[in-house]
Amino acid sequence: MSALHRFALPLSIGLTALSAAGVLLSLLGQPVVSSGLLNVLLVLGVASVMGLRLPTGWRSGLLAVLALALTILLRTNTDDKIAFYLLLAVLIASFLLPNLTQLVRIALGTSILLIAVPIAGLSNSFLFELGIQIGIFAALALGLNVVVGQAGLLDLGFAAFFAIGAYTWGIFGSPQAAQFIDGFPAQGLPGNYLFLFMALAIITAAITGVLIGLPALRLRGDYLAIVTLGLGEVVRVFANNLDKPLNITNGPQGITPVNRPDVGILADFLRAIGAERIYGRPIDDAITYSFFFYLLVLVVIGIVVLVNVRLANSRFGRAWVAIREDEIAAKAMGIPLLPTKLIAFATGAAFSGIMGAVFAAKQTFVSPESFTLQASINILAFVILGGMGSIGGAVVGAAAVTVLNLGILKDFSDLLNTWRQTGVNILGYNMANLPPQLNPAKYERLVFGLILILMMIFRPEGLIPEQRHKAELQEARQEAQEGGGK
Amino acid sequence: MPQTLLEGLLLGFVYAMVALGYTMVYGVLGLINFAHSEVFMIGAVIGLEVFRFWGNPDAPVISNPFLLLFVALVFAAVGSGTMAVLVERFAYRPLRKRGSKNILVPMITAIGVSFLLQDLTRIYAALRHNEFNMQYRTFDALNTTLMLPLQTTIQVKGIIIIVVSVLMLVGLTYLVNRTKLGKAIRAVSQDMQTAALMGINPDVIISRTFLIGGSLGGVAGVLFGLLYTNVTPYSGVLPGLKAFTSAVLGGIGNIPGAMVGGLVLGQLETLSGTYLPFLTNGNFGTEYKDVFAFLTLVLLLLFRPQGLFGQNVSEKV
Repeated sequence: MSALHRFALPLSIGLTALSAAGVLLSLLGQPVVSSGLLNVLLVLGVASVMGLRLPTGWRSGLLAVLALALTILLRTNTDDKIAFYLLLAVLIASFLLPNLTQLVRIALGTSILLIAVPIAGLSNSFLFELGIQIGIFAALALGLNVVVGQAGLLDLGFAAFFAIGAYTWGIFGSPQAAQFIDGFPAQGLPGNYLFLFMALAIITAAITGVLIGLPALRLRGDYLAIVTLGLGEVVRVFANNLDKPLNITNGPQGITPVNRPDVGILADFLRAIGAERIYGRPIDDAITYSFFFYLLVLVVIGIVVLVNVRLANSRFGRAWVAIREDEIAAKAMGIPLLPTKLIAFATGAAFSGIMGAVFAAKQTFVSPESFTLQASINILAFVILGGMGSIGGAVVGAAAVTVLNLGILKDFSDLLNTWRQTGVNILGYNMANLPPQLNPAKYERLVFGLILILMMIFRPEGLIPEQRHKAELQEARQEAQEGGGK
Repeated sequence: MPQTLLEGLLLGFVYAMVALGYTMVYGVLGLINFAHSEVFMIGAVIGLEVFRFWGNPDAPVISNPFLLLFVALVFAAVGSGTMAVLVERFAYRPLRKRGSKNILVPMITAIGVSFLLQDLTRIYAALRHNEFNMQYRTFDALNTTLMLPLQTTIQVKGIIIIVVSVLMLVGLTYLVNRTKLGKAIRAVSQDMQTAALMGINPDVIISRTFLIGGSLGGVAGVLFGLLYTNVTPYSGVLPGLKAFTSAVLGGIGNIPGAMVGGLVLGQLETLSGTYLPFLTNGNFGTEYKDVFAFLTLVLLLLFRPQGLFGQNVSEKV
């Protein structure tokens, strides 16, 4: 490893230069290297810049070059998903690698988020879809991170708050409200009210958080887990069955269509910058909406992260950590337990409430299906995988799992299907004989489960551990080695 | 009314059987073993396979349904028990060795294991039978309805469920309180390190606890499949959840408590399912029985946070 570090700088520069040159050559219409080889080069380049020890200046520069190369590649070759994942990796790296200056982080981050991803997304709307999904899950993970990660309260019914937010807009922004309120507009409130309802969703979700928290937070540990799980199920059952006596949620059929805000301004903007037909096909409503929701989710994530950072360093944030570390000591120090826990619960709920409203408008459809126990557990898994209590971790956890589920596994399925159809031989086994039931896209839970198990065994502190948590786990490991020895 | 109570009793016994497995593991490791629902579901699938293989209606190897059921129960107990031991060996033990005190880590592993087992079963069902819903065979001898006093009726399999679960409870209570293994289990659950100093190997004891809990789950799975005649890779989740609720209701870690918790939950569910529509003029139907069950749990825990039979653990400062 040390030998590798000695050559870290020339190696990273070489790889980056090679991949950038490859991208430029393919841009000139001279595919000297095949796209597969180019992708391998780029993967190696990004990995070396991220993984090896480099001086600050060089690392910033190389990251910028890589981001630029990837953007150009995505612009010419819109189906190159690996390039998109790498772009995400560069984005995450530019925020999480320790020795970058604040200016570089902001410059790299904003240019990737606001220029590179839209350039890629406007030509391949799947990439926008992936970005929006990551954003929604990241906001949920950030919300739960306050509850589980910072305050140490195990909540297994977190999707309930997401549901509350989604139904808040879903009911009033659709023909549904007219079903039980006389004189309500038949098509529901116009889409532009979404912005008002995002604020309302924060309030309703926070109130629900307090209502659920009041009884539940008197309990601890596993009891709290089972009670939140139960109350989460209660919310789902109500969503599923409140179609009588008053038809409020339209039961299991769900509510559709939910109105979306007017995006005329955005379409005008796209036209103004000449993006109307620039990618060979006209910009239609669908792609404008994708772009709009991408931006909206970015704004919400920005606010959530900001609030999260401020809260973590506030009086409440410190009180939460105190409660998580030792409840009795915290109480003895004069921290009022129930109110402090309630604030954590309400904050987390508010974050997922606002995303719920956005989610409802994005899908134009709300149904109880999206808010099952499974959803709650997934959000919890994002937080744990990313690293409990760490803000970057929550985002990375959500991004990693979403890319895996929506991207990599589906791509792998497609690849297997192609192999099956063409009858490729691998290690003497003809892929045409592979049973069609073995489709990796169907087994995301299996892969996810496996990842959870392996992560907990080999890296229980998560991908991006919070400092305090990491120290704790190391201490425990040391103790186990020295004292236990069993 | 008596019929409803009887049905609640049956449901309650099924929950109670599953709850015993939860409570065993929790008592020793303090771990909510979410994968127990899948161990239960795998027991049901094993039972189904035994019925298909030896009880094939065209050419049965074992034609006596009671004997066949017995064989299925034995196989399911062994299979599920082994599965539980394997899960413990490869998923939970490495965590214990690392000495993390965070209770979330093993719980996340348990969730991971449960996802894994669900999809493995799904692959198995897809490859072998090319189906998702697996139908249990019905046996006339087991479905015969018996008349009981007070105009209540019960099927033969209902009686089997009650008998088996009472046997389980008695056997488990005997095992934990009277045998050497039970003593060791209790010692490990009190203090793993001290137990190790006294010459008990905690790993062996924990392994056996999982074996026992898993086999109980497997037996419960077969009986559940027989009762509801339909198994899917996900059919462990809901009963598992209810069973865990029962275990908490009774005071988790407490064996008779798990049984009582299950019975209470079963009664609550059937009673609310039957009478809620009447009480609310049909506005709130059977769908709300789960709400009722969970709200009762919340209420009970508010007044008795340690569950019905749990002991109040005083905090060490």
